[in-house]
Amino acid sequence: MRSLSSRAGAITILEGTIPVAETDTTNPDRRDFLYIATGAVGAVAVGAAAIPLVDQMNASADTLAVAQIRVDISQVAQGQQITVLWRGKPVFIRHRTQADIAEAEAVDWEALRDPEPDSARVKAGHPEWLIMVGVCTHLGCVPLADQGEYDGWFCPCHGSHYDTSGRIRKGPAPTNLPVPDYAFVDDTTLEIG
Amino acid sequence: MAHESTYQPKSGFERWLDARLPVMRLMHDSFSAFPTPKNLNYWWTFGGILTFCLVVQIVTGITLAMHYTSDASIAFGSVEHIMRDVNFGWLIRYIHAVGSSMFFLAVYIHIFRGLYYGSYKEPRELLWMLGVIIFILMMATAFLGYVLPWGQMSFWAATVITNIFTAIPVIGTPIQEWLVGGFAVGNPTLTRFFSLHYLLPFVIFGVVLLHVWALHVTGNNNPAGIEVKGPQDTIPFNPYYTVKDAFALVLFLLVYMAFVFYAPNALGHPDNYIPADPLVTPAHIVPEWYLLPYYAILRSITFDIGIPFTDIVLIEAKLLGVIALAASIIVLFLLPWLDTSKVKSLRYRPMMKPFFFLFIVVCVGLGWVGAESPDKVLIQIGEDQYRAEYVVEGEPVAQVFPTADDRDAFIEMLNEDVEASAVDALAFRFQMVHLGLILTVAYFAHFLLVLPIVGVIETPRSRPASIEEAVLKGAKPAPAPAE
Amino acid sequence: MSLTIRTGTIIGAFVMALNAGAAMAAGEAERPHAPQEGWSFSGIFGHYEETTLQRGFLVYESVCAGCHALEYVAFRNLADPGGPGFTLDQVRAIAANYRVPAGPDEFGDTLDENGLPFVRPAIPANYFPSPYDNEQQARARNWGALPPDLSLITKARVNGANYLYSLLTGYEDAPEYVEMGENMNYNPFFPGQQIAMVQPLYEGSVEYPDGTEATVEQMAYDVTNFLMWTAEPKLEKRKRMGFQVMAFLFVLAALLYWSYRQVWRDVDH
Repeated sequence: MRSLSSRAGAITILEGTIPVAETDTTNPDRRDFLYIATGAVGAVAVGAAAIPLVDQMNASADTLAVAQIRVDISQVAQGQQITVLWRGKPVFIRHRTQADIAEAEAVDWEALRDPEPDSARVKAGHPEWLIMVGVCTHLGCVPLADQGEYDGWFCPCHGSHYDTSGRIRKGPAPTNLPVPDYAFVDDTTLEIG
Repeated sequence: MAHESTYQPKSGFERWLDARLPVMRLMHDSFSAFPTPKNLNYWWTFGGILTFCLVVQIVTGITLAMHYTSDASIAFGSVEHIMRDVNFGWLIRYIHAVGSSMFFLAVYIHIFRGLYYGSYKEPRELLWMLGVIIFILMMATAFLGYVLPWGQMSFWAATVITNIFTAIPVIGTPIQEWLVGGFAVGNPTLTRFFSLHYLLPFVIFGVVLLHVWALHVTGNNNPAGIEVKGPQDTIPFNPYYTVKDAFALVLFLLVYMAFVFYAPNALGHPDNYIPADPLVTPAHIVPEWYLLPYYAILRSITFDIGIPFTDIVLIEAKLLGVIALAASIIVLFLLPWLDTSKVKSLRYRPMMKPFFFLFIVVCVGLGWVGAESPDKVLIQIGEDQYRAEYVVEGEPVAQVFPTADDRDAFIEMLNEDVEASAVDALAFRFQMVHLGLILTVAYFAHFLLVLPIVGVIETPRSRPASIEEAVLKGAKPAPAPAE
Repeated sequence: MSLTIRTGTIIGAFVMALNAGAAMAAGEAERPHAPQEGWSFSGIFGHYEETTLQRGFLVYESVCAGCHALEYVAFRNLADPGGPGFTLDQVRAIAANYRVPAGPDEFGDTLDENGLPFVRPAIPANYFPSPYDNEQQARARNWGALPPDLSLITKARVNGANYLYSLLTGYEDAPEYVEMGENMNYNPFFPGQQIAMVQPLYEGSVEYPDGTEATVEQMAYDVTNFLMWTAEPKLEKRKRMGFQVMAFLFVLAALLYWSYRQVWRDVDH
């Protein structure tokens, strides 16, 4: 007890061996420190209590569990497109023809509004697969496939035209259709997210 | 104690604000400079603790409502979603569920403190009655909330409690069907219970404001039960009682959090982790612990009231139980006038003091009765005897059996020419329901007999002239430190 | 005549004996007990052991899953921290062994050529499916009894973990005086002592890949641990956080008490 008393005045006081008034009226600095320390620890308690209350509004575990999806693409023939729902948004999975690819690669991409080569929008070794989030970068409508002036997608809301690589070519949209994170698990399975 | 405002605006902005909306002045006068008796003990910290509980329940409740779904088909699953998937959902739900128990623990201490120190007496009758209203609203809110997880106990608690209304003659059944939105508890019941469970805490909050307002008009009662005579009797609320309340609150939190983290389901019932099933009633239906005494009063009335020596029933047992239940709470409203003593604190009421502790025993005893099966035998004197008496060759013979069936079987086995008669002698049994009736009578006797009579015949002990004197007198025997 | 009396007496005595037995049989269930080694999840520092949970999952999968679902447990949970600690690839493989309903195909059909609903292999985000299509089917295949969902079973019974362990290890032959119902099994730990579930665990019911001997006690211990986890998956996190919160509150209480003494030091009260 004696050895502790210098370090932990609280223990001494809890034991009631030394009347508080005698020790501390002579030392107002120590008293102020005590109040500040108590207030600080109390503030930490309130702050810590706020963490769960704020974090509970973040995406829950079941939502995060479907943030990554696997798609079987073995049934998608060349020239076809399927749309899957990923994180609440449509994702276009396009099996491009050789003509589509050639058209996309022939473009002088550096002159485009959102300059990007076709090779940067597909995975090396899989140029026939174009994976994009199907949300127009203008105001969020879903573009229609195989329409528009560039044989790609056309957004009916405000007339944005995308080419066979999903790049913005004409209309109000500022950027290309975004490519999500994805990987080929094997030749016929795609993991998006 | 209403007092002169001591608020001094310190800055230009504060002066500007004070001239337009004196909220700072209100806060200062109500919670900072408010003159508070200097002799309040730890039992007085529960007002602050209860405010804390209400805020915690509202905050956690609002966050839970962001994830809960009040649809009978998925309500149970949505609670599991909160427990498993929502970030910290398990923590928030356990704080909310344990919180209801802690809220009632605190409110019971608060009420018994008021009873012990006579805080309901003039001039605090309205303060007390507002408190009783808060208590009733709390019980309603807790009951509604208990239904929301839609487990077995939720469902059957809703069924049993709403069926109480069917005891009312003629209009009872229509009222019950109106309450549950159909012929039995179901989806409409759940959705409206959720709506009301969300609403009532804010009503409670409103009545709490009135409760605090009334408190600040009359000022605090205190352990001596003597009104404040002047500034020498009081100290400002801040910092004296803010720090004392804060310390008591953290002690309370230690108990609260120990339950949340180490025994979150100890105060609940396992059956509520089984989804509601209208076809199967759990073997043993009990409400949450804080409602058990009232449940005991409801169940302990098992007799009709009728005109003696006729078959005419005036009040059926079911209705009588409901009346007793309602009366057990209504009597609290009348308490300020039932207690005839002018002395507030039981410190100076030697005759009343033991009755107070007896009353606590009665309430705890009622809680025990409420938790147990009413048929449980507490005391049994003798054994049941089912006797077959008959005559063999002129000699009377009696044979004893443990059950009536055995005895009847035996009589049937006897030769036809033997005339046997069945004689029953049943043991005396003192059951839970009997104890419940005795305690119910004792509960009402405390309010309707003990408080009025003792107040008249008792000779109170001499009281100090003022709080200041009470404090100094209390300090004198111990010459050492001031505490 | 005297003969009649004696017969009556004897039969009467027999009836009484029978009745004493019946009274015992209908009485309270036997008190559940913990396994000798206790539970790792009880106590202030309670936690689950991954290997135990993995063995318990094996028992669930090979024995219980035939009749009991885990409606509130998703396959992905098997990889959650504080759980059995399977890897995501293991979870994918486990999930793929189960079939979940698949939606209509591109022609709008919901049934395959055999008239059965379309199914597909489950993925980690799916929940453990029920082995039955509906309650009626479950009852029809279990002599009228409904195998309960096991997600919450250890929280839905009084003294749940001990009860489950005792029940699984407590099957015995019915005493002679007990009249067993049709298709019922005797278990002193079950309320009423007659349970529709046949004894699920026998020596060697599963083969543990880690070489643990599959005694009935071992399997009951493992599967009870697993089902405690399914009921209370956040237990480890809860108890760890609880210790921190309690320690913090003790410090705060000490500081506040000290401040309180300081503030009040000059006041008689």
